[in-house]
Amino acid sequence: MFELLWLIPALPLAGFLVIALMGGALARRAVAVIGVGSVGAAAIVSVGVAAQFISAPPPGDSLTQVLWAWLEVGLLRPHVALCLDALSVTMILVVTVVGFLILLYSAEFMGDDESYAWFFAYMDLFVASMLILALADNLFFLYLGWEGVGLCSYLLIGFWYKERENARAAMKAFIVTRVGDVGLAVALLLIFTSLGTLQIQEVMRRAAQEWAVGSNTATLAAALLLCGAVGKSAQAPLQTWLPDAMAGPTPVSALIHAATMVTAGVYLIARTNGLFSLAPAVQSVVAIIGVATLLLGGLSALVQRDIKRVLAYSTMSQIGYMFLALGVGAWSAAIFHFATHAFFKSLLFLGAGAVLLATDEQRDMFKLGGLRAEMPYTFWTFVAGAASLAALPLVTGGFYSKDMMLWNAWTSPKGSPWLWLGGALGALITALYAFRMVFLTFFGERKSVVSRRPGPIMRIPMGILAVLSIFAGFLETPGWLGGMDYLSPFLGTALPGLPHAKSQPAMELFLQALTSLLCVSGVLVAYLLFVAHPEVPDRIAAIKAGGWLQGFWFSGWGFDRVYEFIVVKPFVRIALANRGDVVDTLFTGLARANEALHSSLSRTQTGKLRDYALGVVAGAVLAIGIMVLL
Amino acid sequence: MAQVPMEHGLYVAGLLFCLGLVGVLVRRDLLFVLMSIEIMLNAAGMAFVVAGAGWQQPDGQIMFIFILTMAAAEVAVGLALIVQFHHHFKTLDADAARRMRG
Amino acid sequence: MILVWLIALPLLVGILAWIAERRGVGLSRWVALAGLFVEFAIVLRLWADHPIRMLTPGRATWLVELKLAWIPQLGISFHLALDGLSLLLVALAVFLAIAGVLCSWTEIQERVGFFHFILLATVTGIIGIFLAVDLILFFVFWEAMLVPMYIMIATWGHEHRRYAALKFFLFTQAGGLLMLAAILGLYFVHGRATGTYTFDYGQLMAASIPAGTAMWLMLGFFAAFAVKLPAAPFHTWLPDAHTEAPTAGSVILAGLLLKTGGYGLIRFLFPLFPGAASAFAPIAMTLAVIGIFYGAILAFAQTDLKRLVAYSSISHMGFVLLGVFVWNELALQGAVVQMLCHGISTGALFIIVGQLQERIRTRQLPRMRGFWETAPRMGAMALIFALASLGLPGLGNFVGEFLVLFGTYTASPGMAIAAAIGIVLATVYSLWMIYRVFFGPRKDAVKFDDLDPRESILLVVMGAVILWVGLFPQRALDTAGPTLRALERHVAGSTARMAGKPDTTETSLSRWMGIVLPSGRDRDR
Repeated sequence: MFELLWLIPALPLAGFLVIALMGGALARRAVAVIGVGSVGAAAIVSVGVAAQFISAPPPGDSLTQVLWAWLEVGLLRPHVALCLDALSVTMILVVTVVGFLILLYSAEFMGDDESYAWFFAYMDLFVASMLILALADNLFFLYLGWEGVGLCSYLLIGFWYKERENARAAMKAFIVTRVGDVGLAVALLLIFTSLGTLQIQEVMRRAAQEWAVGSNTATLAAALLLCGAVGKSAQAPLQTWLPDAMAGPTPVSALIHAATMVTAGVYLIARTNGLFSLAPAVQSVVAIIGVATLLLGGLSALVQRDIKRVLAYSTMSQIGYMFLALGVGAWSAAIFHFATHAFFKSLLFLGAGAVLLATDEQRDMFKLGGLRAEMPYTFWTFVAGAASLAALPLVTGGFYSKDMMLWNAWTSPKGSPWLWLGGALGALITALYAFRMVFLTFFGERKSVVSRRPGPIMRIPMGILAVLSIFAGFLETPGWLGGMDYLSPFLGTALPGLPHAKSQPAMELFLQALTSLLCVSGVLVAYLLFVAHPEVPDRIAAIKAGGWLQGFWFSGWGFDRVYEFIVVKPFVRIALANRGDVVDTLFTGLARANEALHSSLSRTQTGKLRDYALGVVAGAVLAIGIMVLL
Repeated sequence: MAQVPMEHGLYVAGLLFCLGLVGVLVRRDLLFVLMSIEIMLNAAGMAFVVAGAGWQQPDGQIMFIFILTMAAAEVAVGLALIVQFHHHFKTLDADAARRMRG
Repeated sequence: MILVWLIALPLLVGILAWIAERRGVGLSRWVALAGLFVEFAIVLRLWADHPIRMLTPGRATWLVELKLAWIPQLGISFHLALDGLSLLLVALAVFLAIAGVLCSWTEIQERVGFFHFILLATVTGIIGIFLAVDLILFFVFWEAMLVPMYIMIATWGHEHRRYAALKFFLFTQAGGLLMLAAILGLYFVHGRATGTYTFDYGQLMAASIPAGTAMWLMLGFFAAFAVKLPAAPFHTWLPDAHTEAPTAGSVILAGLLLKTGGYGLIRFLFPLFPGAASAFAPIAMTLAVIGIFYGAILAFAQTDLKRLVAYSSISHMGFVLLGVFVWNELALQGAVVQMLCHGISTGALFIIVGQLQERIRTRQLPRMRGFWETAPRMGAMALIFALASLGLPGLGNFVGEFLVLFGTYTASPGMAIAAAIGIVLATVYSLWMIYRVFFGPRKDAVKFDDLDPRESILLVVMGAVILWVGLFPQRALDTAGPTLRALERHVAGSTARMAGKPDTTETSLSRWMGIVLPSGRDRDR
């Protein structure tokens, strides 16, 4: 089965090529079959590969498949090669399965769109790039996937390009992530120059040998990689593009801006964990960025009106959790949360998509409401997703993964109670905004007409994802709850585990109870504020400080305005001021000076005979004068 | 006999030359310009004669004859040109011919 | 003799195409096209026939060489030679000439035969530049290429064509004159030192020149190449020339003329003056980085689409300048790949701008909007080349830029980081261009046809080449590799020699300027 590894990215890529080249000639049904089928086939191959990987692991628990030598110049010999280990197996499983489900959903969701074929072409290209990113064996090839997903994100955010706003959002997303990518690119340069290779495992091996812990080079390399990760994963301070990215079709938001692409940063850090272990300072920064973003995103999600923006801020915040876990060295926990988050967040997006489709793109939650009776299937799956997001204790996948991260934040040598506190506070906020969203959308009085309910092709993926988001948690449960651990030992072959903290079951149970209490109280508060006493939020907003906070959070903490002021405006002003190219004036000035000289000299040519005679005389006098005097 | 010093003769020649030169430069009438040129030529001739007398050499007088000949030729050509000039510009003002102004 | 044919064939075809005009305009186009395809076949045949071996360093990196006596008294010979580097660039030249003929198919309607003659004459000059290894012959081709280019801009150009053509001519002529002075200086310095007066590249490479003189001579060459490349601040002819030239002219300008600058730097400047060039490198690299930023910022500010693409060229050629002056294998390979891919991607962008102008009679961005809806095929092609220009991995420009960056980082991390930041600006102007032209609601008044098959095939083939270089660059890298390695070793060797034996006899510029022609002409071998 392993020899089929190359098929996993190749199948979606082939799907893209077929649709892109013959898009016009294909019927819609054929486009859907090719677009969805190619990813489905990739999912089947992935499952096969994963099954073999688990049942009969390759020697050394990793496997490399070299497709061709990309280029060989001096020491720079990146290959187009795929590397399979536990981490990439997890990645490709999530990407292909979630990707397949979302594409299936899109087959119906996008049914009326005039650019149906383009949509599937881009989505297939995205899945292919994401798989390359996940499977790449060296950083150079990884960069190809990295930029490829960025490109697809750009194309799909701007999919409805006729709205200027959408095209603008697409451009913003690409440019902001590219700012981070410069960090990644420079990291590549630094790593190659000092270690002489870009092959990931080799890099980690050599780095461990040649760089001391905390050395400048290691710190710089990790910091640069973090730069790239922060841009791609929409973490502070490069998070501003994500809310605007919601301009794309909802399945795009589900796949790219929730489940897969935005977690590429998490994957990158986990992939290069060896470098981060060598740079403890940077790793603490990762944790701090994580906590900052999870609070920032959570609080912003709390006051949004647009249902998709709530989800966008929520994604930011959940990835903040993953960064927190990475920052404390809980690599497996981060990947675990990546998986559960992929399930429940894409489910929430798909549910939101069903709502938008039903209500004619009514994104304002305050103009929705009471949809529970109208759309029961959507309601229940959405609640399943929201419960998992809110990490309701025991019954949801989100609970187990979040719990694992928080517990690690507390116990890990790199963790601290402060980080835990930030995470726990975040859990309260998460529950609050998750159920605020549920209550505003599905409870209360009905304010909009439901014109259309999801058909079977949309329902099946939602159902499967609902099941996954509830049950995926049981891959890994705390000790007193059966102590199942399927994921950590499996990922342990690729990611270093934490030094075994001394078992503190009582403490663990206490903290779990505390966070559970926070989550449940979050739901209750949401109920009180948005169902029982809907007038209270308005009253809070009426207070001056409350209103100010609401505006501040609503705008995503004003980052956009700050960037507009310190980056965009000065750049545009400088560019426009120099539109005519100031250097050119130097050369045209030279020409002008020549012209001036010419005209002043030509004025002496009067055409009068007497003036010329005068000139002759003056010259003669001068010559004689010089001869006489000298 | 009391010799007039050579310098005095040369001063007179120089003065004459300058007068002619000023005439050439300030007069606009071509006829006067031509006359001024004649004065300059004669001034040069006088300088030759004075110098020849001063050094007791005949060459100065020979040169003067040359100049005389040349002046005659020059007047002939010059007057012909002036006639043509007048024919063309209907005036004798030298400044009228300034088509070569830059 | 094959090299002579390589140079002569385009010229002959050009004359034929001119004559063929009498029989009909179409015939003229077909003759030019067919001739160029024959030429391209010859180039490909050469490529296939001469597997690029690991060549031993020194004289024998030539695959094909031709040396005829021309003016032996002065040490001038008709010396042509082809190696991997020139092969790649000649192939690019012929490829873009074909693109030039195809993109003018409907655009040029006046004096069609003469147009093709001029186009092919320019290409002749350019191919000559890539093949000449006698400095005088090189200079002759260098100047010969200007005249037809000038005529092309001045005859078939747009509104301000006279101004642009004159500006172009003056800039390149000024650079060329400085180079001529430097060539003569080199000739005399070398002649006085060795007694052999020659313009032959191979022999002059071995010349040891006093450091002070070498710097002046090197600057003379640099002036010519920097103007052509163009390096900031000598770039200002380029936006005008590109904007005013007809589409084929812009393609040839961006795709080939600029490359002669890069080629000159690699082939002549460094090998002839290793020490001086290395000493000058920090300044040149700074200029390169300034150019990368300056071009990108100006590109963003333009409202004329063609000008935007022109300024983006300046930004991209900054990478070439950077790569050359870093002068290690990675950076040199990067510079070569960047030259090839920039030639094609920018050429294609110019072709797209030309097609737009042909359809809507304007190049002004404010008058464009939402054209994706009207012409999705054109939009998709423009997007591909815009992505190439912003350095998307998988496309050739990425390989070039990143090789340059890798090479630069070993020499100067600061420069590499600055250049990498320049890539963000490339993203800004590329996406801005796509946004302004193709996105947004359509302007109702403007309607036009999407690409026709001729245009589509041309652009698709160009895109395919970019993609091919992006995914399988090894073929190109192997072709240029031996030459670049040999040159690099030569330079490393001479700098080492000079470091070992510091030359204190600094002669001033005036000393060699005063020298008269050599009397003992027979000493020339």
